[in-house]
Amino acid sequence: MLEYWNPLMERMPVDELEKMQEKKLKSLVNYVYQHSDFYKKRFDEAGVKPEDIHTLDDLKKLPFTYKSDLRDTYPTGMFCVPNEQLVRFHVSSGTTGKPTVVGYTKSDIQAWNTSLARALTSIGVGRGDIMQVSYGYGLFTGGLGLHYGAEEAGATVLPTSSGNTEKQIELMQDLGTTAIACTPSYFLFMNEVANQHGISIQNDTKLKVGVFGAEAWSEEMRARIEESTGIKAYDIYGTSELSGPLCTDCQFQEGIHMWADMFLLEVIDPETGEQLPDGERGELVITTLAKEALPLIRYRIGDITIINKEPCKCGRTHPRIMRILGRADDMLIVRGINVFPGQVESVLMTIPEVGEHFMIIVDRINELDTMTIQIEMTDEAFSDKVNDIISLEKKVQAALKNVLNLAVKVELVESGTIPRSMGKSKKVIDNRKL
Amino acid sequence: MEEKIIKQISLFAENKPGRLANIATNFRNAGINIRAFTIAEAGDFGIIRMVVDKPDLAHEVLHDAGFTVSETSVLGVEMEDVPGGLGKIADVLGDQNINIDYAYAFVTKTEKALLILRVNDIEGAIKVLNSEGVKLIDMADIQEI
Repeated sequence: MLEYWNPLMERMPVDELEKMQEKKLKSLVNYVYQHSDFYKKRFDEAGVKPEDIHTLDDLKKLPFTYKSDLRDTYPTGMFCVPNEQLVRFHVSSGTTGKPTVVGYTKSDIQAWNTSLARALTSIGVGRGDIMQVSYGYGLFTGGLGLHYGAEEAGATVLPTSSGNTEKQIELMQDLGTTAIACTPSYFLFMNEVANQHGISIQNDTKLKVGVFGAEAWSEEMRARIEESTGIKAYDIYGTSELSGPLCTDCQFQEGIHMWADMFLLEVIDPETGEQLPDGERGELVITTLAKEALPLIRYRIGDITIINKEPCKCGRTHPRIMRILGRADDMLIVRGINVFPGQVESVLMTIPEVGEHFMIIVDRINELDTMTIQIEMTDEAFSDKVNDIISLEKKVQAALKNVLNLAVKVELVESGTIPRSMGKSKKVIDNRKL
Repeated sequence: MEEKIIKQISLFAENKPGRLANIATNFRNAGINIRAFTIAEAGDFGIIRMVVDKPDLAHEVLHDAGFTVSETSVLGVEMEDVPGGLGKIADVLGDQNINIDYAYAFVTKTEKALLILRVNDIEGAIKVLNSEGVKLIDMADIQEI
């Protein structure tokens, strides 16, 4: 299946990619400075001029852009082109405030389609495939984005949009859908409905690939989907500010390929704004290198991830981001050190004696922050020698200290005592009165 | 040799009110008698160790009640309830380089003291204690205490 949409671009040596990014960054800062009052003002306030940017390293001189900037300049105050050059708007729902409006020039739409065509090709979707787009069509970017992306990749699109699940399954069978794009939870629901009607996705349909996103999902969910339906499940990343769903992981499922000719990635410490070295977990910051209508400079997208710049087994050289580990908003600051619950989880999951349930308890005792990690004793880990249990606590403590750089207390509690939840589980109790 | 091994029930308990009462209630309902009992306390948690008349049932009952519980092989050594009784046992094992992980003792109705031992080499310990004429009790003895 090792096929590429644009092999020269996708396998370009890293140093050449970076040279290209540097060139694009320089012209981008000139472009936004000239075409957007918003960016001109931002740059001037930060005391930075386009001519100060020579190398990729100079990126950190530029001010950040925030989601709130898009809201504050509602509807089109950040756009760099006049409205008559736009071919489309999308509007994101305003669950956390005013809606945000994104505009696209013809070339923005083309870049979006190209990004998706590369991504879909990397997971074996193209000519001969029938892609059912079960994301909502309309103001939301998912439906129309995948629609044109899949067409660009050469697939035949079945634009079912979301809802009317029985009809979706009927069409899937009658037209021989081979690939589907929707949220992972909608797909699981679809599978449930199919089963209720005695239809097995695995045996009674031709579906082989799912492209899932628009909500957080885990590797465990991926395994469950693949096992219960026999398809390969891929992760897609993107937000409306960046155009929409854009990039996926490849057949090796080891991180999402973020096209370097379109995006410049950084990972920062959400608190200080300092860039973190590659491989460290932090807040993703994206600079768009191929957008005309609404270019974003150092956009604080808020997702927590790790950048991996190692070329992938598939031959693609573009940086990858690892599965989104949460939102910057989840971050705790304990004794001045940033801690993400996801970090604690990933450390704990590497220790075989530790079960899947844990709780982080933060408190302030005598003006000092304390962090206690409660983990449940498991049948496998239990020894009736006190020393064995204490050494397990110490082992967990050392592993956490190593990653968090913070001394934490580890407390083993009886199994079944950490609260379970049907939905998103609560992992942190912060008792500090700040 | 096997019959000289006693099944001790060990369980993990957080150091908080009501845990012991919960265990006691479960045992009462299941008709299980505790013969020997100790708590090793370590800050936030404790390990409760018990010799009971029906260890398999006790394990099942506690497990079903949600406890993390295990059966551990220990030795029951019968000692004269006189000064020097414990010293002799410790000497014999020490000479053979057998380490006592933990021990606890109780006095029976028959004016003997019973010592429960967990050692790092249970078969070696049985051999050496037998050869020294030390009486080891078995599960049948436990029923009758």
